[in-house]
Amino acid sequence: MFSLEGITNFIHEWLNSHLPATFALLVEFVLVGVAAIGLFAFLGLVLVWMERKVAAVMQLRLGPNRLGPKGIFQTSADTLKLIMKEALTPDNADKLLFNLAPFVVIIVAMLILAPISFAKNFQIWDINIGVLYVTAISSLSVIGVLMAGWSSGNKYSLLGAMLSGAQIVSYELSAGLSILTIIVLTGSLKISDIVASQENGWWIFKGHIPAIIAFVIFIIASTAETNRAPFDLAEAESELTAGFHTEYGGMKFALFFLAEYINIFIVCAIGATLFLGGWMPFHIGHWVAFNHIMDYIPSSFWFFGKTGFLIFLIMWFRWTFPRLRVDQLLNLEWKYLLPISMFNLLLMSVMAIMGWYF
Amino acid sequence: MFEEVGTTTEGDLIINLGPQHPATHGVLHLVITLNGEIIKKVEPHLGYIHRSIEKMTESLSYRQFIYVTSRMDYLSAHINNHACALCVEKALQLEVPQRAQYIRVIMDELTRIASHELWWGAMAMDLGAFTPFFHAFREREKINEIMEETCGARLTMNYMVPGGVMVDLHPDFQKKVKAFIQQYKAKIHEYDELVTGNIIFQNRMKGIGYLSAQDAVSYGCTGPVARGSGVASDIRKIAPYDVYDKVEFDEVLQTEGDSFARYMIRIQEMHQSIKIIEQLIDVIPDGNFQAKTKAVIKLPKGEFYQRVETARGELGVYIVSEGAAQPYRIKYRSPGFSNLSALDHMVRGHKIGDLIAAMGTLDLVIPDIDR
Repeated sequence: MFSLEGITNFIHEWLNSHLPATFALLVEFVLVGVAAIGLFAFLGLVLVWMERKVAAVMQLRLGPNRLGPKGIFQTSADTLKLIMKEALTPDNADKLLFNLAPFVVIIVAMLILAPISFAKNFQIWDINIGVLYVTAISSLSVIGVLMAGWSSGNKYSLLGAMLSGAQIVSYELSAGLSILTIIVLTGSLKISDIVASQENGWWIFKGHIPAIIAFVIFIIASTAETNRAPFDLAEAESELTAGFHTEYGGMKFALFFLAEYINIFIVCAIGATLFLGGWMPFHIGHWVAFNHIMDYIPSSFWFFGKTGFLIFLIMWFRWTFPRLRVDQLLNLEWKYLLPISMFNLLLMSVMAIMGWYF
Repeated sequence: MFEEVGTTTEGDLIINLGPQHPATHGVLHLVITLNGEIIKKVEPHLGYIHRSIEKMTESLSYRQFIYVTSRMDYLSAHINNHACALCVEKALQLEVPQRAQYIRVIMDELTRIASHELWWGAMAMDLGAFTPFFHAFREREKINEIMEETCGARLTMNYMVPGGVMVDLHPDFQKKVKAFIQQYKAKIHEYDELVTGNIIFQNRMKGIGYLSAQDAVSYGCTGPVARGSGVASDIRKIAPYDVYDKVEFDEVLQTEGDSFARYMIRIQEMHQSIKIIEQLIDVIPDGNFQAKTKAVIKLPKGEFYQRVETARGELGVYIVSEGAAQPYRIKYRSPGFSNLSALDHMVRGHKIGDLIAAMGTLDLVIPDIDR
């Protein structure tokens, strides 16, 4: 059966048999870096194309269909165009911060990729505080957004950045609390442990109603955290033209754009890992034959399938909902989502203590 | 009181919204004074698309000047042309054939639906929902096809002439209009499902951009904007022209005066327009589509005024004639201009997002404001 684990093991053994151990490790580092960046670029291209196709379906049109089969190369052509464009810096911008901001945003997005488990035993860094690491690093992206908004010297950018700052900081709370709800059940922050704990059923099924509530809150909060409609106040097109990246063009803009899609992928991957069992196949109780067929599907397919489904969900939101106003947005978080998720956490703790889950 | 609120003090943020901005649907320039995020004052600046249409018409004949008005409020081009044609007919005391009157009213109502459809899509887009725009265009496209077949154009139809309409209806006209009505009735519930019933949408619209009936009258608001505040101002009811007195329809009124009321008015107006078309489409009388007029129309000396209900409100055409083949002076009273003037009053104390939402419910067409 096809397995990514086999490939990595093969490379590891081959390198160690041909090179001294230190060199082999260095080469492996470089390979992992290249693979991460490659995945990054690939995800950006695919997700942008997917978004455009989803939008097209929602909007009764065809979407990109000229470049390659079903327009799959459209995003590559767009990227090429963005690379060729002149990188302008406005006169009254803070030059250093203005040019640094896109890199801060994209580096943050890259760092979060590390502990995500893409398939069975296929993970860059299985850190023992995996989920905590993800939530901690992802909150850094707001710094990049604020830097961009402040340094552009544009009032729209400033307003967009401030709104975005308030939004990301608030919604992180409920996202964190809904993650904690699952951590209560797993008893570990390590991604591999979390996935392993769902071997006989995903937490969304095993955790009863609190898990479902946590899942819904997590999806809402992560949509807000990634600045996607209906919470796209940071770049509210009809109000603030393009919000915090109004003044950016060419590749600098593309980096923001790429980071947005990578962030979507990451939050959906985390959601899939916590609630939908990561790369674990779908099993039903004692249906041995069914379970066996499910096992036959490679684990990477399971992971990317679940993540893709969540990504589709978030794209669906974007193309159907109008945008919230800033005070409504903060009301939703502080008056509804946060109390509910706190109560939910309490409920889950009681359930975990009493052992009321499968 | 307004001066106190409206004065700029140290620390206020002044933002130029437009003339190039995605939400102004054209080249409207708003200078917004913000206190933090709260709007203190909105000052519209006009003149970016001024084409001096009124001056231009002074050198055009009474047959030609009608067509320039298609470029004013380009979304209700038919109705603008209709107003001009009616004014000339009034001056000439010309009897328009029944057939032409029926055709004109049907065309007007089709235009109104098309205009409201576009507004609905653009309105949702202002609130950040992109998809409704395409759904609105699906129905609007059918109307454009009908127009194209009969009038030869999709947007600036130039179909009305003094004394009737330019050419007779296309043989397929009735069939196509009925097909459109069928499609419209089958699809209209999607509008409510996608936008009207949405909780986010309702929260964004209700209680925002309040305009009292008194203020609506003082600012000279007309059309759906005034009717949203409970002011009965439908010219089709007050001073019926052509066959509007023969058809049954309701003047839609709401008393809330907020953005949602104005939204509901337009949605219901589309239903009323369908009702009007349904009454007329089967009973278009035979006969001439155009009254006989002289090759060169000369209006008698005097002043003539005609008003009609466009998709945006009351359009007035005022002609001063010296008895020549060209008008001495023409003045248009456009609905958008007066409606825009109420914007500042409506949005003070709200946030920028609400300004965009309230502006969307005014249904501004910039070339109509700025002739």
